[in-house]
Amino acid sequence: MVEQILESLSRFLPETVLVGALCLAILSDLVFRQNRGIAPLIALGGLFLSLYYVTEQAGVSQQIFSGMIVVDPFAVFFKFLIGVTAILIVLFSFYSSEVQSTQKRIGEYFSLILALTLGMYLMAGAVNLLMMVLAIELTSLTSYILAGYTREAPDSSEASLKYMIYGALSTGLMLYGISILYGLTGATDIYGINASIAYNGVNEVTLLIAVILILVGFGYKISAVPFHFWTPDVYEGAPVTITAFLSVASKAAGFAMMIRFFRVSFIDLTPGGFPDEMWVLLQGIEWNKIVAIISVLTMTLGNLVAVWQDNLKRLLAYSSIAHAGYMLMGVVVLSNAGVAAVLIYFMVYLFMNLGAFYVVMLVANKTGKEDIDSYKGLGYRSPIVAVSFVIFLISLTGLPPTAGFIGKLYLFAALFEAKWIWLAVVGALNSVVSLYYYVRVLRNMFLRDPAEDKSPIEFSTAQIVVLIALVIPTILFGLYFAPLVDFANASIVMFGVR
Amino acid sequence: MISVEQYLALSAVMFVIGVVGVLVRRNAIIVFMSIELMLNSVNLTLVAFSAYLGDVTGQMLVFFVMTVAAAEAAVGLAIIIALYRIRQTVNIDDINILKW
Repeated sequence: MVEQILESLSRFLPETVLVGALCLAILSDLVFRQNRGIAPLIALGGLFLSLYYVTEQAGVSQQIFSGMIVVDPFAVFFKFLIGVTAILIVLFSFYSSEVQSTQKRIGEYFSLILALTLGMYLMAGAVNLLMMVLAIELTSLTSYILAGYTREAPDSSEASLKYMIYGALSTGLMLYGISILYGLTGATDIYGINASIAYNGVNEVTLLIAVILILVGFGYKISAVPFHFWTPDVYEGAPVTITAFLSVASKAAGFAMMIRFFRVSFIDLTPGGFPDEMWVLLQGIEWNKIVAIISVLTMTLGNLVAVWQDNLKRLLAYSSIAHAGYMLMGVVVLSNAGVAAVLIYFMVYLFMNLGAFYVVMLVANKTGKEDIDSYKGLGYRSPIVAVSFVIFLISLTGLPPTAGFIGKLYLFAALFEAKWIWLAVVGALNSVVSLYYYVRVLRNMFLRDPAEDKSPIEFSTAQIVVLIALVIPTILFGLYFAPLVDFANASIVMFGVR
Repeated sequence: MISVEQYLALSAVMFVIGVVGVLVRRNAIIVFMSIELMLNSVNLTLVAFSAYLGDVTGQMLVFFVMTVAAAEAAVGLAIIIALYRIRQTVNIDDINILKW
Protein backbone atom coordinates (compact mmCIF):
# COMPACT_ATOMS: atom_id res chain seq x y z
CA MET A 1 0.00 0.00 0.00
CA VAL A 2 2.67 2.49 1.08
CA GLU A 3 4.83 1.50 -1.89
CA GLN A 4 1.87 2.05 -4.21
CA ILE A 5 1.26 5.52 -2.83
CA LEU A 6 4.95 6.44 -3.07
CA GLU A 7 5.04 5.12 -6.65
CA SER A 8 1.92 7.16 -7.43
CA LEU A 9 3.42 10.28 -5.89
CA SER A 10 6.48 9.98 -8.12
CA ARG A 11 4.13 10.07 -11.13
CA PHE A 12 2.21 12.99 -9.65
CA LEU A 13 5.06 15.51 -9.58
CA PRO A 14 3.57 18.13 -11.97
CA GLU A 15 0.48 18.44 -9.77
CA THR A 16 2.49 18.31 -6.52
CA VAL A 17 4.68 21.17 -7.72
CA LEU A 18 1.59 23.23 -8.52
CA VAL A 19 0.16 22.61 -5.03
CA GLY A 20 3.48 23.63 -3.48
CA ALA A 21 3.69 26.78 -5.58
CA LEU A 22 0.06 27.57 -4.69
CA CYS A 23 0.80 27.40 -0.94
CA LEU A 24 4.00 29.44 -1.38
CA ALA A 25 2.18 32.11 -3.39
CA ILE A 26 -0.48 32.50 -0.67
CA LEU A 27 2.17 32.60 2.08
CA SER A 28 4.33 35.13 0.26
CA ASP A 29 1.28 37.31 -0.13
CA LEU A 30 0.73 37.23 3.64
CA VAL A 31 4.38 37.69 4.64
CA PHE A 32 5.74 40.22 2.15
CA ARG A 33 3.04 42.86 2.30
CA GLN A 34 5.32 45.56 0.94
CA ASN A 35 6.53 43.58 -2.05
CA ARG A 36 3.68 42.30 -4.18
CA GLY A 37 5.97 41.20 -6.99
CA ILE A 38 6.92 37.90 -5.37
CA ALA A 39 3.70 35.89 -5.83
CA PRO A 40 3.69 36.31 -9.64
CA LEU A 41 7.28 35.11 -9.82
CA ILE A 42 6.46 32.07 -7.66
CA ALA A 43 3.52 31.30 -9.96
CA LEU A 44 5.71 31.57 -13.05
CA GLY A 45 8.48 29.46 -11.52
CA GLY A 46 6.01 26.81 -10.32
CA LEU A 47 4.40 26.58 -13.75
CA PHE A 48 7.74 26.19 -15.51
CA LEU A 49 8.87 23.50 -13.05
CA SER A 50 5.60 21.62 -13.40
CA LEU A 51 5.81 21.84 -17.20
CA TYR A 52 9.29 20.34 -16.96
CA TYR A 53 7.91 17.41 -14.94
CA VAL A 54 5.11 17.00 -17.49
CA THR A 55 7.66 16.57 -20.27
CA GLU A 56 9.48 14.04 -18.06
CA GLN A 57 6.28 11.93 -18.14
CA ALA A 58 6.44 11.46 -21.91
CA GLY A 59 5.84 7.84 -22.87
CA VAL A 60 4.55 6.72 -19.45
CA SER A 61 1.26 4.81 -19.41
CA GLN A 62 0.14 3.92 -15.91
CA GLN A 63 -2.73 4.15 -13.43
CA ILE A 64 -1.99 5.90 -10.16
CA PHE A 65 -3.71 6.32 -6.76
CA SER A 66 -5.72 3.07 -6.99
CA GLY A 67 -7.09 3.86 -10.43
CA MET A 68 -8.21 7.43 -9.76
CA ILE A 69 -5.95 9.08 -12.33
CA VAL A 70 -3.96 7.83 -15.27
CA VAL A 71 -0.72 9.15 -16.66
CA ASP A 72 -0.71 8.36 -20.37
CA PRO A 73 0.43 10.16 -23.54
CA PHE A 74 -3.08 11.57 -24.03
CA ALA A 75 -3.13 13.16 -20.57
CA VAL A 76 0.46 14.36 -20.94
CA PHE A 77 -0.40 16.11 -24.21
CA PHE A 78 -3.23 18.05 -22.60
CA LYS A 79 -1.20 18.85 -19.48
CA PHE A 80 1.53 20.21 -21.72
CA LEU A 81 -1.00 22.32 -23.64
CA ILE A 82 -2.59 23.63 -20.43
CA GLY A 83 0.80 24.31 -18.84
CA VAL A 84 1.99 26.35 -21.84
CA THR A 85 -1.28 28.31 -21.83
CA ALA A 86 -0.96 29.02 -18.10
CA ILE A 87 2.60 30.34 -18.53
CA LEU A 88 1.50 32.62 -21.37
CA ILE A 89 -1.46 33.86 -19.30
CA VAL A 90 0.83 34.72 -16.37
CA LEU A 91 3.05 36.65 -18.81
CA PHE A 92 -0.02 38.46 -20.21
CA SER A 93 -1.07 39.34 -16.66
CA PHE A 94 2.22 41.20 -16.11
CA TYR A 95 1.17 43.63 -18.86
CA SER A 96 -2.57 43.77 -18.21
CA SER A 97 -3.58 47.09 -16.68
CA GLU A 98 -6.86 45.49 -15.54
CA VAL A 99 -5.00 43.01 -13.36
CA GLN A 100 -2.16 45.31 -12.34
CA SER A 101 -4.62 47.96 -11.11
CA THR A 102 -5.58 45.62 -8.25
CA GLN A 103 -2.14 45.47 -6.62
CA LYS A 104 -3.52 44.70 -3.15
CA ARG A 105 -5.12 41.42 -4.25
CA ILE A 106 -2.66 40.39 -6.91
CA GLY A 107 -1.32 37.45 -4.87
CA GLU A 108 -4.81 35.94 -4.83
CA TYR A 109 -5.03 36.27 -8.59
CA PHE A 110 -1.86 34.31 -9.25
CA SER A 111 -2.59 31.64 -6.64
CA LEU A 112 -6.04 31.12 -8.19
CA ILE A 113 -4.43 30.73 -11.63
CA LEU A 114 -2.28 27.96 -10.14
CA ALA A 115 -5.37 26.29 -8.62
CA LEU A 116 -7.16 26.53 -11.95
CA THR A 117 -4.22 24.92 -13.74
CA LEU A 118 -4.17 22.14 -11.14
CA GLY A 119 -7.87 21.44 -11.70
CA MET A 120 -7.35 21.22 -15.46
CA TYR A 121 -4.35 18.88 -15.07
CA LEU A 122 -6.56 16.58 -13.01
CA MET A 123 -9.34 16.80 -15.59
CA ALA A 124 -6.93 15.62 -18.28
CA GLY A 125 -6.02 12.48 -16.32
CA ALA A 126 -9.19 11.60 -14.38
CA VAL A 127 -10.59 8.12 -15.08
CA ASN A 128 -12.83 7.74 -12.04
CA LEU A 129 -16.24 9.41 -11.88
CA LEU A 130 -15.39 10.79 -8.42
CA MET A 131 -12.10 12.27 -9.63
CA MET A 132 -13.85 13.68 -12.70
CA VAL A 133 -16.43 15.48 -10.54
CA LEU A 134 -13.80 16.85 -8.16
CA ALA A 135 -11.56 18.02 -11.01
CA ILE A 136 -14.46 19.74 -12.79
CA GLU A 137 -15.50 21.43 -9.55
CA LEU A 138 -11.98 22.62 -8.75
CA THR A 139 -11.74 24.11 -12.24
CA SER A 140 -15.23 25.61 -12.16
CA LEU A 141 -15.11 27.16 -8.69
CA THR A 142 -11.76 28.87 -9.32
CA SER A 143 -12.88 30.14 -12.70
CA TYR A 144 -16.08 31.61 -11.18
CA ILE A 145 -13.92 33.59 -8.76
CA LEU A 146 -11.42 34.64 -11.43
CA ALA A 147 -14.18 35.75 -13.82
CA GLY A 148 -15.35 38.15 -11.09
CA TYR A 149 -11.83 39.17 -10.10
CA THR A 150 -12.19 42.86 -11.01
CA ARG A 151 -15.13 43.04 -8.63
CA GLU A 152 -15.46 46.83 -8.76
CA ALA A 153 -16.55 46.54 -12.39
CA PRO A 154 -20.29 45.68 -12.50
CA ASP A 155 -19.97 43.58 -15.65
CA SER A 156 -17.26 41.42 -14.08
CA SER A 157 -19.43 40.51 -11.05
CA GLU A 158 -22.38 39.92 -13.33
CA ALA A 159 -20.32 37.61 -15.55
CA SER A 160 -19.23 35.73 -12.46
CA LEU A 161 -22.80 35.22 -11.19
CA LYS A 162 -24.08 34.06 -14.57
CA TYR A 163 -21.17 31.70 -14.95
CA MET A 164 -21.85 30.33 -11.48
CA ILE A 165 -25.57 29.72 -12.03
CA TYR A 166 -25.15 28.00 -15.40
CA GLY A 167 -22.18 26.08 -14.05
CA ALA A 168 -23.92 24.87 -10.91
CA LEU A 169 -26.98 23.80 -12.91
CA SER A 170 -24.96 21.80 -15.41
CA THR A 171 -22.82 20.22 -12.67
CA GLY A 172 -26.03 19.23 -10.89
CA LEU A 173 -27.35 17.58 -14.07
CA MET A 174 -24.04 15.84 -14.66
CA LEU A 175 -23.88 14.58 -11.07
CA TYR A 176 -27.37 13.15 -11.39
CA GLY A 177 -26.28 11.37 -14.58
CA ILE A 178 -23.24 10.03 -12.77
CA SER A 179 -25.34 8.75 -9.88
CA ILE A 180 -27.59 6.87 -12.32
CA LEU A 181 -24.58 5.47 -14.16
CA TYR A 182 -23.16 4.27 -10.84
CA GLY A 183 -26.47 2.57 -9.98
CA LEU A 184 -26.61 0.89 -13.40
CA THR A 185 -23.08 -0.44 -13.48
CA GLY A 186 -22.02 -0.55 -9.83
CA ALA A 187 -18.65 0.87 -10.84
CA THR A 188 -17.14 4.33 -10.60
CA ASP A 189 -14.08 3.97 -12.82
CA ILE A 190 -14.60 4.13 -16.55
CA TYR A 191 -12.90 0.77 -17.17
CA GLY A 192 -15.29 -0.89 -14.74
CA ILE A 193 -18.23 0.85 -16.39
CA ASN A 194 -17.05 -0.39 -19.77
CA ALA A 195 -16.71 -3.97 -18.52
CA SER A 196 -20.08 -3.86 -16.78
CA ILE A 197 -21.90 -2.63 -19.88
CA ALA A 198 -20.09 -5.10 -22.13
CA TYR A 199 -20.50 -8.23 -19.99
CA ASN A 200 -23.62 -7.71 -17.90
CA GLY A 201 -25.72 -5.60 -20.21
CA VAL A 202 -27.75 -2.72 -18.81
CA ASN A 203 -31.12 -1.10 -19.37
CA GLU A 204 -30.66 0.91 -22.58
CA VAL A 205 -33.12 3.69 -21.82
CA THR A 206 -31.65 4.38 -18.40
CA LEU A 207 -28.14 4.37 -19.85
CA LEU A 208 -29.31 6.81 -22.51
CA ILE A 209 -30.66 9.22 -19.85
CA ALA A 210 -27.46 8.97 -17.81
CA VAL A 211 -25.22 9.62 -20.80
CA ILE A 212 -27.30 12.58 -21.98
CA LEU A 213 -27.11 14.15 -18.51
CA ILE A 214 -23.33 13.65 -18.44
CA LEU A 215 -23.09 15.10 -21.95
CA VAL A 216 -24.70 18.30 -20.58
CA GLY A 217 -21.80 18.69 -18.16
CA PHE A 218 -19.22 18.27 -20.93
CA GLY A 219 -21.20 20.48 -23.31
CA TYR A 220 -21.14 23.26 -20.73
CA LYS A 221 -17.37 23.02 -20.25
CA ILE A 222 -16.61 23.17 -23.98
CA SER A 223 -19.45 25.71 -24.55
CA ALA A 224 -21.31 23.68 -27.17
CA VAL A 225 -24.77 24.82 -28.29
CA PRO A 226 -27.28 24.59 -26.54
CA PHE A 227 -25.21 24.85 -23.35
CA HIS A 228 -23.27 27.92 -24.49
CA PHE A 229 -25.37 30.74 -23.00
CA TRP A 230 -22.82 31.68 -20.38
CA THR A 231 -19.93 31.99 -22.84
CA PRO A 232 -20.44 35.43 -24.44
CA ASP A 233 -21.39 37.09 -21.15
CA VAL A 234 -18.51 35.60 -19.21
CA TYR A 235 -15.98 36.26 -21.96
CA GLU A 236 -17.06 39.88 -22.19
CA GLY A 237 -17.26 40.56 -18.45
CA ALA A 238 -14.18 38.73 -17.18
CA PRO A 239 -10.69 40.28 -17.34
CA VAL A 240 -9.15 39.61 -20.80
CA THR A 241 -6.42 37.40 -19.39
CA ILE A 242 -8.98 35.11 -17.75
CA THR A 243 -11.14 35.10 -20.89
CA ALA A 244 -8.13 33.95 -22.90
CA PHE A 245 -7.31 31.26 -20.33
CA LEU A 246 -10.88 29.93 -20.26
CA SER A 247 -11.22 29.97 -24.04
CA VAL A 248 -8.18 27.74 -24.52
CA ALA A 249 -7.30 25.75 -21.41
CA SER A 250 -10.76 25.19 -19.96
CA LYS A 251 -12.04 24.06 -23.34
CA ALA A 252 -9.03 21.77 -23.80
CA ALA A 253 -9.58 20.15 -20.40
CA GLY A 254 -13.28 19.66 -21.19
CA PHE A 255 -12.47 18.05 -24.53
CA ALA A 256 -9.82 15.82 -22.94
CA MET A 257 -12.28 14.51 -20.38
CA MET A 258 -15.10 14.11 -22.88
CA ILE A 259 -12.99 12.23 -25.44
CA ARG A 260 -11.57 9.94 -22.78
CA PHE A 261 -14.98 9.23 -21.26
CA PHE A 262 -16.67 8.37 -24.54
CA ARG A 263 -13.74 6.53 -26.04
CA VAL A 264 -13.01 4.33 -23.06
CA SER A 265 -16.52 3.71 -21.73
CA PHE A 266 -18.25 2.68 -24.90
CA ILE A 267 -15.82 0.74 -27.06
CA ASP A 268 -15.94 -3.01 -27.28
CA LEU A 269 -12.93 -4.37 -25.39
CA THR A 270 -14.28 -7.91 -24.99
CA PRO A 271 -12.20 -10.69 -26.61
CA GLY A 272 -13.23 -10.93 -30.24
CA GLY A 273 -14.73 -7.42 -30.17
CA PHE A 274 -13.87 -4.54 -32.45
CA PRO A 275 -11.89 -1.99 -30.43
CA ASP A 276 -11.62 0.29 -33.47
CA GLU A 277 -15.35 0.91 -33.65
CA MET A 278 -16.48 3.72 -31.40
CA TRP A 279 -19.78 4.11 -29.56
CA VAL A 280 -20.70 0.42 -30.09
CA LEU A 281 -21.89 -0.16 -26.53
CA LEU A 282 -24.45 2.64 -26.75
CA GLN A 283 -27.11 0.75 -28.61
CA GLY A 284 -30.42 2.07 -29.87
CA ILE A 285 -29.34 5.57 -30.82
CA GLU A 286 -26.74 6.72 -33.29
CA TRP A 287 -24.57 8.76 -30.96
CA ASN A 288 -22.22 10.04 -33.61
CA LYS A 289 -25.22 11.63 -35.34
CA ILE A 290 -26.24 13.39 -32.12
CA VAL A 291 -22.73 14.76 -31.67
CA ALA A 292 -22.66 15.72 -35.37
CA ILE A 293 -25.87 17.73 -34.94
CA ILE A 294 -24.49 19.46 -31.82
CA SER A 295 -21.32 20.22 -33.77
CA VAL A 296 -23.22 21.73 -36.71
CA LEU A 297 -25.44 23.81 -34.40
CA THR A 298 -22.42 25.00 -32.41
CA MET A 299 -20.34 26.22 -35.33
CA THR A 300 -23.25 27.69 -37.26
CA LEU A 301 -24.70 29.62 -34.32
CA GLY A 302 -21.25 30.76 -33.20
CA ASN A 303 -20.35 32.08 -36.64
CA LEU A 304 -23.71 33.65 -37.49
CA VAL A 305 -24.09 35.52 -34.21
CA ALA A 306 -20.46 36.68 -34.32
CA VAL A 307 -21.30 38.61 -37.50
CA TRP A 308 -23.47 41.06 -35.49
CA GLN A 309 -21.02 41.71 -32.66
CA ASP A 310 -19.41 45.09 -32.11
CA ASN A 311 -17.46 44.29 -28.97
CA LEU A 312 -14.29 42.46 -29.96
CA LYS A 313 -14.18 40.31 -26.81
CA ARG A 314 -17.74 39.20 -27.49
CA LEU A 315 -16.91 38.58 -31.15
CA LEU A 316 -14.00 36.36 -30.12
CA ALA A 317 -16.32 34.60 -27.63
CA TYR A 318 -18.68 33.60 -30.44
CA SER A 319 -15.73 32.69 -32.62
CA SER A 320 -14.49 30.40 -29.83
CA ILE A 321 -17.94 28.76 -29.72
CA ALA A 322 -17.60 28.17 -33.46
CA HIS A 323 -14.15 26.64 -32.97
CA ALA A 324 -15.58 24.27 -30.35
CA GLY A 325 -17.98 23.20 -33.12
CA TYR A 326 -15.11 22.50 -35.52
CA MET A 327 -13.34 20.43 -32.90
CA LEU A 328 -16.52 18.47 -32.15
CA MET A 329 -16.34 17.26 -35.75
CA GLY A 330 -13.30 15.26 -34.66
CA VAL A 331 -15.27 13.84 -31.71
CA VAL A 332 -17.96 12.66 -34.15
CA VAL A 333 -15.41 10.44 -35.85
CA LEU A 334 -13.55 9.55 -32.63
CA SER A 335 -11.24 7.26 -34.62
CA ASN A 336 -7.49 7.58 -34.18
CA ALA A 337 -7.38 10.07 -37.07
CA GLY A 338 -10.27 12.06 -35.58
CA VAL A 339 -8.71 12.35 -32.13
CA ALA A 340 -5.31 13.22 -33.61
CA ALA A 341 -6.98 15.97 -35.67
CA VAL A 342 -8.57 17.43 -32.51
CA LEU A 343 -5.17 17.42 -30.79
CA ILE A 344 -3.51 19.15 -33.76
CA TYR A 345 -6.30 21.72 -33.85
CA PHE A 346 -5.90 22.45 -30.14
CA MET A 347 -2.16 23.05 -30.42
CA VAL A 348 -2.77 25.49 -33.27
CA TYR A 349 -5.78 27.09 -31.58
CA LEU A 350 -3.66 27.73 -28.47
CA PHE A 351 -1.36 30.16 -30.28
CA MET A 352 -3.81 31.88 -32.61
CA ASN A 353 -6.56 32.40 -30.04
CA LEU A 354 -4.27 33.54 -27.22
CA GLY A 355 -2.61 35.85 -29.74
CA ALA A 356 -5.91 37.44 -30.71
CA PHE A 357 -6.91 37.98 -27.08
CA TYR A 358 -3.44 39.37 -26.31
CA VAL A 359 -3.83 42.02 -29.02
CA VAL A 360 -7.28 42.93 -27.65
CA MET A 361 -5.70 43.30 -24.21
CA LEU A 362 -2.81 45.47 -25.47
CA VAL A 363 -5.16 47.79 -27.34
CA ALA A 364 -7.61 48.00 -24.43
CA ASN A 365 -4.70 48.88 -22.12
CA LYS A 366 -3.92 51.95 -24.23
CA THR A 367 -7.32 53.06 -25.50
CA GLY A 368 -9.57 51.64 -22.77
CA LYS A 369 -11.97 50.41 -25.46
CA GLU A 370 -12.85 46.99 -26.82
CA ASP A 371 -15.35 47.88 -29.56
CA ILE A 372 -14.58 47.35 -33.22
CA ASP A 373 -14.69 51.08 -34.03
CA SER A 374 -11.75 51.79 -31.75
CA TYR A 375 -9.62 49.65 -34.10
CA LYS A 376 -10.05 52.12 -36.96
CA GLY A 377 -6.68 53.09 -38.30
CA LEU A 378 -4.76 50.81 -35.96
CA GLY A 379 -2.70 49.74 -38.98
CA TYR A 380 -1.17 53.24 -39.06
CA ARG A 381 -1.07 53.87 -35.34
CA SER A 382 0.72 50.64 -34.45
CA PRO A 383 1.73 48.57 -37.50
CA ILE A 384 3.40 45.66 -35.67
CA VAL A 385 0.38 44.94 -33.48
CA ALA A 386 -2.05 45.34 -36.38
CA VAL A 387 -0.09 43.02 -38.68
CA SER A 388 0.16 40.40 -35.94
CA PHE A 389 -3.58 40.67 -35.40
CA VAL A 390 -4.10 40.08 -39.14
CA ILE A 391 -2.04 36.90 -38.92
CA PHE A 392 -4.03 35.62 -35.94
CA LEU A 393 -7.35 36.38 -37.60
CA ILE A 394 -6.34 34.74 -40.90
CA SER A 395 -5.25 31.72 -38.92
CA LEU A 396 -8.56 31.65 -37.03
CA THR A 397 -10.36 31.70 -40.39
CA GLY A 398 -8.22 28.76 -41.49
CA LEU A 399 -6.51 30.18 -44.56
CA PRO A 400 -3.02 29.12 -45.70
CA PRO A 401 -0.16 29.71 -45.03
CA THR A 402 -1.05 29.93 -41.36
CA ALA A 403 -1.35 27.16 -38.78
CA GLY A 404 -5.15 27.39 -38.68
CA PHE A 405 -5.22 25.91 -42.20
CA ILE A 406 -3.31 22.82 -41.05
CA GLY A 407 -5.70 22.33 -38.14
CA LYS A 408 -8.75 22.44 -40.41
CA LEU A 409 -7.06 20.33 -43.09
CA TYR A 410 -6.50 17.41 -40.72
CA LEU A 411 -10.03 17.69 -39.30
CA PHE A 412 -11.57 17.57 -42.77
CA ALA A 413 -9.25 14.74 -43.80
CA ALA A 414 -10.41 12.67 -40.82
CA LEU A 415 -14.03 13.38 -41.76
CA PHE A 416 -13.51 12.36 -45.39
CA GLU A 417 -11.78 9.18 -44.32
CA ALA A 418 -14.80 8.26 -42.18
CA LYS A 419 -17.29 9.20 -44.94
CA TRP A 420 -18.76 12.23 -43.19
CA ILE A 421 -18.66 14.37 -46.34
CA TRP A 422 -21.74 16.51 -45.56
CA LEU A 423 -20.30 17.47 -42.18
CA ALA A 424 -17.02 18.54 -43.79
CA VAL A 425 -18.96 20.64 -46.30
CA VAL A 426 -20.87 22.38 -43.47
CA GLY A 427 -17.56 23.03 -41.73
CA ALA A 428 -16.05 24.56 -44.86
CA LEU A 429 -19.11 26.78 -45.43
CA ASN A 430 -18.85 27.95 -41.84
CA SER A 431 -15.25 28.98 -42.39
CA VAL A 432 -16.46 31.19 -45.22
CA VAL A 433 -18.96 32.91 -42.90
CA SER A 434 -16.24 33.44 -40.31
CA LEU A 435 -14.08 35.15 -42.93
CA TYR A 436 -16.69 37.92 -43.12
CA TYR A 437 -16.48 39.06 -39.52
CA TYR A 438 -12.74 38.61 -39.24
CA VAL A 439 -12.24 40.73 -42.35
CA ARG A 440 -14.49 43.41 -40.83
CA VAL A 441 -11.81 43.92 -38.18
CA LEU A 442 -9.06 44.00 -40.81
CA ARG A 443 -10.96 46.58 -42.85
CA ASN A 444 -11.29 48.82 -39.81
CA MET A 445 -7.61 48.54 -39.05
CA PHE A 446 -6.23 49.29 -42.51
CA LEU A 447 -8.87 50.93 -44.71
CA ARG A 448 -10.53 53.34 -42.26
CA ASP A 449 -9.06 56.52 -40.86
CA PRO A 450 -8.76 56.73 -37.11
CA ALA A 451 -11.84 58.44 -35.63
CA GLU A 452 -10.30 61.25 -33.54
CA ASP A 453 -6.93 60.27 -32.07
CA LYS A 454 -4.33 59.77 -34.83
CA SER A 455 -1.21 59.56 -32.66
CA PRO A 456 0.87 56.37 -32.87
CA ILE A 457 0.42 53.88 -30.01
CA GLU A 458 3.68 52.79 -28.41
CA PHE A 459 4.19 49.40 -26.78
CA SER A 460 7.14 48.32 -24.64
CA THR A 461 9.74 45.95 -26.10
CA ALA A 462 8.79 43.16 -23.69
CA GLN A 463 5.16 43.34 -24.82
CA ILE A 464 6.23 43.11 -28.46
CA VAL A 465 8.51 40.15 -27.69
CA VAL A 466 5.57 38.18 -26.21
CA LEU A 467 3.51 39.10 -29.27
CA ILE A 468 6.18 37.89 -31.69
CA ALA A 469 6.54 34.69 -29.63
CA LEU A 470 2.89 33.99 -30.48
CA VAL A 471 3.12 35.04 -34.13
CA ILE A 472 6.08 32.76 -34.92
CA PRO A 473 4.35 29.42 -34.10
CA THR A 474 1.16 30.61 -35.83
CA ILE A 475 3.08 30.95 -39.09
CA LEU A 476 5.70 28.26 -38.51
CA PHE A 477 3.17 25.46 -37.89
CA GLY A 478 1.48 26.46 -41.13
CA LEU A 479 4.64 25.84 -43.11
CA TYR A 480 6.45 23.13 -41.17
CA PHE A 481 3.88 21.03 -39.37
CA ALA A 482 5.47 17.56 -39.36
CA PRO A 483 6.61 17.74 -35.69
CA LEU A 484 3.14 18.89 -34.64
CA VAL A 485 1.49 16.00 -36.45
CA ASP A 486 3.97 13.49 -35.03
CA PHE A 487 3.39 14.82 -31.50
CA ALA A 488 -0.39 14.53 -31.91
CA ASN A 489 -0.20 11.04 -33.43
CA ALA A 490 2.00 9.87 -30.57
CA SER A 491 -0.42 11.37 -28.04
CA ILE A 492 -3.62 9.56 -28.94
CA VAL A 493 -2.58 6.55 -26.87
CA MET A 494 -4.88 6.17 -23.87
CA PHE A 495 -4.36 3.85 -20.95
CA GLY A 496 -6.50 0.74 -21.26
CA VAL A 497 -7.38 1.18 -24.94
CA ARG A 498 -5.73 -1.26 -27.28
CA MET B 1 -39.88 -1.95 3.87
CA ILE B 2 -39.19 0.87 1.47
CA SER B 3 -37.93 -0.40 -1.88
CA VAL B 4 -35.13 1.14 -3.95
CA GLU B 5 -37.66 2.26 -6.58
CA GLN B 6 -39.43 4.45 -4.05
CA TYR B 7 -36.18 6.13 -3.03
CA LEU B 8 -35.31 6.69 -6.67
CA ALA B 9 -38.75 8.12 -7.43
CA LEU B 10 -38.45 10.51 -4.49
CA SER B 11 -35.01 11.67 -5.57
CA ALA B 12 -36.18 12.11 -9.18
CA VAL B 13 -39.05 14.30 -7.96
CA MET B 14 -36.68 16.33 -5.78
CA PHE B 15 -34.32 16.73 -8.70
CA VAL B 16 -37.04 17.98 -11.02
CA ILE B 17 -38.25 20.44 -8.35
CA GLY B 18 -34.67 21.69 -8.08
CA VAL B 19 -34.26 22.13 -11.85
CA VAL B 20 -37.59 23.91 -12.18
CA GLY B 21 -36.64 26.14 -9.25
CA VAL B 22 -33.39 27.17 -10.95
CA LEU B 23 -35.23 27.94 -14.16
CA VAL B 24 -38.24 29.88 -12.84
CA ARG B 25 -37.21 31.60 -9.59
CA ARG B 26 -35.73 35.08 -10.01
CA ASN B 27 -34.08 35.57 -6.62
CA ALA B 28 -30.45 34.50 -6.85
CA ILE B 29 -30.44 33.10 -3.33
CA ILE B 30 -33.48 30.91 -4.02
CA VAL B 31 -31.78 29.76 -7.22
CA PHE B 32 -28.88 28.58 -5.10
CA MET B 33 -31.25 26.81 -2.71
CA SER B 34 -32.73 24.98 -5.71
CA ILE B 35 -29.26 23.92 -6.78
CA GLU B 36 -28.65 22.53 -3.30
CA LEU B 37 -31.89 20.58 -3.66
CA MET B 38 -30.61 19.09 -6.93
CA LEU B 39 -27.36 18.04 -5.29
CA ASN B 40 -29.21 16.50 -2.35
CA SER B 41 -31.36 14.44 -4.68
CA VAL B 42 -28.10 13.19 -6.21
CA ASN B 43 -27.00 12.18 -2.71
CA LEU B 44 -30.25 10.31 -2.11
CA THR B 45 -29.87 8.42 -5.40
CA LEU B 46 -26.31 7.49 -4.55
CA VAL B 47 -27.19 6.24 -1.05
CA ALA B 48 -30.19 4.28 -2.36
CA PHE B 49 -28.09 2.59 -5.04
CA SER B 50 -25.31 1.99 -2.56
CA ALA B 51 -27.63 0.16 -0.17
CA TYR B 52 -29.25 -1.73 -3.05
CA LEU B 53 -25.95 -2.87 -4.56
CA GLY B 54 -24.38 -3.56 -1.17
CA ASP B 55 -21.40 -1.42 -2.18
CA VAL B 56 -20.03 1.42 -0.03
CA THR B 57 -18.52 3.41 -2.91
CA GLY B 58 -21.79 5.25 -3.40
CA GLN B 59 -21.84 6.40 0.22
CA MET B 60 -18.26 7.60 -0.12
CA LEU B 61 -19.26 9.63 -3.18
CA VAL B 62 -21.97 11.31 -1.07
CA PHE B 63 -19.38 12.83 1.26
CA PHE B 64 -17.58 14.35 -1.68
CA VAL B 65 -20.78 15.68 -3.21
CA MET B 66 -21.64 17.30 0.15
CA THR B 67 -18.22 18.95 0.31
CA VAL B 68 -18.56 20.17 -3.25
CA ALA B 69 -22.01 21.57 -2.49
CA ALA B 70 -20.66 23.46 0.53
CA ALA B 71 -17.77 24.92 -1.49
CA GLU B 72 -20.15 25.91 -4.26
CA ALA B 73 -22.49 27.63 -1.80
CA ALA B 74 -19.60 29.55 -0.23
CA VAL B 75 -18.32 30.83 -3.58
CA GLY B 76 -21.84 31.53 -4.84
CA LEU B 77 -22.86 33.58 -1.81
CA ALA B 78 -19.58 35.53 -1.97
CA ILE B 79 -20.30 36.41 -5.60
CA ILE B 80 -23.88 37.45 -4.73
CA ILE B 81 -22.56 39.74 -1.95
CA ALA B 82 -20.01 41.30 -4.32
CA LEU B 83 -22.76 41.96 -6.84
CA TYR B 84 -25.21 43.25 -4.21
CA ARG B 85 -22.67 45.86 -3.08
CA ILE B 86 -22.60 47.33 -6.58
CA ARG B 87 -26.18 46.89 -7.71
CA GLN B 88 -28.29 46.67 -4.52
CA THR B 89 -30.30 43.78 -5.96
CA VAL B 90 -30.23 40.00 -6.06
CA ASN B 91 -32.96 39.71 -8.69
CA ILE B 92 -31.60 37.92 -11.73
CA ASP B 93 -33.81 39.85 -14.14
CA ASP B 94 -32.20 43.13 -13.04
CA ILE B 95 -28.71 41.77 -13.62
CA ASN B 96 -28.59 42.36 -17.34
CA ILE B 97 -25.80 44.65 -18.51
CA LEU B 98 -24.38 41.88 -20.66
CA LYS B 99 -26.62 40.63 -23.43
CA TRP B 100 -26.36 39.40 -27.02
